[in-house]
Amino acid sequence: MNDLRSTTQRALDRLKRAADTLGRDVKLMEVCGTHTMSAFRSGLHALIPDNVKLISGPGCPVCVTAQGDIDQMIAISGEPDVVLCTYGDMMRVPGKHGSLEAMRCKGARIEVIYSTLEAVQLAQRQPNSRVVLAAVGFETTTPPTAAAIDAAAKLGLKNFSVLASHKLVVPAMTALLDSVGDDTTGIEGFLCPGHVSVIIGSDAYQPLIDTYRMPCVIGGFEPMLMADGMASLVEQVVAGEAKLENLYPEAVTPGGNPVAQELIDRIFEPDEVRWRGVGPIPGSGLAIRDEYAAYDARKVFALDDMPDREPNGCICGQVIAGLANPDGCSLFGTVCTPVRPIGPCMVSGEGTCQAWFKYQRPAIAARGRVAKEVVTA
Amino acid sequence: MTAVDKTQNDVGTARHVAEREIVLAHGGGGQLTDQLLLETVMPRLSNPALDALDDGALLDPTGQDRVVMTTDGYVVQPWRFPGGNIGQIAVCGTVNDLAVSGATPMGISLAIIAAEGLKKKDLEAVLDSVAAASKRAGVPVVTGDTKVVGRDQADDIYLTTAGVGRRSPKVKLGIEHVRPGDVLLVNGPIGEHGLAVMLAREMPEVTSVLRSDVAPLNHLIAACMAELGDDLVFMRDATRGGLAGVAADLAAQSGYHVTLDEEAIPVRPEAQHAADMLGLDPLEVANEGKVVMVVREAAAEKALSVVRGFEDAELGGEAAVIGRVGDAADGVCELHTVIGGRRVIQKPYGEELPRIC
Repeated sequence: MNDLRSTTQRALDRLKRAADTLGRDVKLMEVCGTHTMSAFRSGLHALIPDNVKLISGPGCPVCVTAQGDIDQMIAISGEPDVVLCTYGDMMRVPGKHGSLEAMRCKGARIEVIYSTLEAVQLAQRQPNSRVVLAAVGFETTTPPTAAAIDAAAKLGLKNFSVLASHKLVVPAMTALLDSVGDDTTGIEGFLCPGHVSVIIGSDAYQPLIDTYRMPCVIGGFEPMLMADGMASLVEQVVAGEAKLENLYPEAVTPGGNPVAQELIDRIFEPDEVRWRGVGPIPGSGLAIRDEYAAYDARKVFALDDMPDREPNGCICGQVIAGLANPDGCSLFGTVCTPVRPIGPCMVSGEGTCQAWFKYQRPAIAARGRVAKEVVTA
Repeated sequence: MTAVDKTQNDVGTARHVAEREIVLAHGGGGQLTDQLLLETVMPRLSNPALDALDDGALLDPTGQDRVVMTTDGYVVQPWRFPGGNIGQIAVCGTVNDLAVSGATPMGISLAIIAAEGLKKKDLEAVLDSVAAASKRAGVPVVTGDTKVVGRDQADDIYLTTAGVGRRSPKVKLGIEHVRPGDVLLVNGPIGEHGLAVMLAREMPEVTSVLRSDVAPLNHLIAACMAELGDDLVFMRDATRGGLAGVAADLAAQSGYHVTLDEEAIPVRPEAQHAADMLGLDPLEVANEGKVVMVVREAAAEKALSVVRGFEDAELGGEAAVIGRVGDAADGVCELHTVIGGRRVIQKPYGEELPRIC
């Protein structure tokens, strides 16, 4: 047995002991898309005890982006002289009229970027283009967006702006508990995202402990660390406790990263933003401050809010909130596949639907076949 | 029209982009490429040699020396990347397609499509690489063509090739020979070509020791065929779609359950780091010097020693047995993960890695 397997097994054994002691089903939520991918890619779901249900939360940036925000990106990409810069996952998300991929086919200039500074450099190189950075994501991707605006301001660029749809993790978690109530989701613990916590600090989760008495564990992304995190959560449930545990202390401090926080705070302010399938949540996202309005694409292009109309039959909103599994969707795997996605959870590499389809589907189908045979026999 | 109808229509519009127009993913060698072939190309051009959809087509199935033909287009961007350039992959890709078909490559053609303004010294660099790869493979470039398009009508340089080879009638290679119990072998660490190109394209500021694995495999494959005979039953070079694409195809086309052992699959740390930075899975990334061989279980050790002991250690020194063909007739490919978990492996969609070769 390799080292990784034996250390993971030790963590899984600890989880098993706690789960056995609990003696009933318990539902935990991993909040980060990176956790979702790690669990699926490593096959972790097959190894955790049957009575521990690990469900995916609102941690996939593309998936939580409201339909109206997607449509704004698509609309801007069709404006004259615009070069729209976006992360790759966004290309194929269906909008009201087509997708960014479709716009690119029609001749729109759309650049897939890995770093926000690529967009700033593009604006410098092409003074006659209007470069728009479509920025999504949580606290980990916000500092690079803020840095891009900061750099553009210092360079005095007149042809660079940001269509920002940044969101905040903790308000999303509280909203999840507020809007649906824990009776419905039945979530009894959060596996909190390591990367985001590096920025916001472990203290940021305190409201979830104080107000909601919800066990929270900050954990890394290796399957072993996820299993450790789940074990800590179940142990808390067994003990009737609700506290914050930081299993990532070498990287996550109570106060977080002050430099990144200062940068975010200088460029952005908290605002009510819209989430897919959930609607507007006060204070759950970030808007560009008035001082930087010259870099706010919504103001530069005088964009109106666009309606958040979900694709017919798509339940991505419920999937994001942990209220439904992908196989509860009538479109899943038939009408909606990675080749022809209907909702963003099937488009994004971090999306729950794509993870189910890609890493589990034939296994699910095979289990279904077995079950049927047993029934008919 | 009701609001609901309207929504449905709108979504329908969005959904069918890839059906109305060509998108980058159609060229990615994944599920969408398959779909284009099956729905658009095959119905128009169908014939027995094409319908086999192998890397190389058998032109005269009954002849003494069976002639195999292959063709390829190269649009990699950037055309120069760590470990090689478009010239090497054009030669190696063509030679390797013939070799995995069981043929001895005889000669290849080379057509150049250059954009006006391409530096003469850059064209020379490409041709020097073509010459070096041709020499290493021992396969001459025997005919060619040159076209030039306007400055903005192509990116620097594209190449297209054709290759012709001979296959002995004694060779029994093909998916129909794959049986439960057979093992899968790969000749070295995976993912390095695609990751080196993606890193050069997307993060040029990052310095890495990662280099493309581009290499001609015909001599290695010839050695394996000579040593293993009929115990070598199937080969495919793991180009676009990577190891995942080959393994998923092997399962789907043979109809058997294929398992890969994650721990046994060679991945260098620098490749894993690059994959993590780019958000990619090394399993799904293109190689230009990797072949997946399916051999009878009894010949597994021998196959491994032939590949590992091959005179050019760069091509086989780190070969590994990475999986096996199972009894279940479900056509599913499954990965046994390092931590002891399991997950399904499917052929990538195709959008992840545009213009990789």
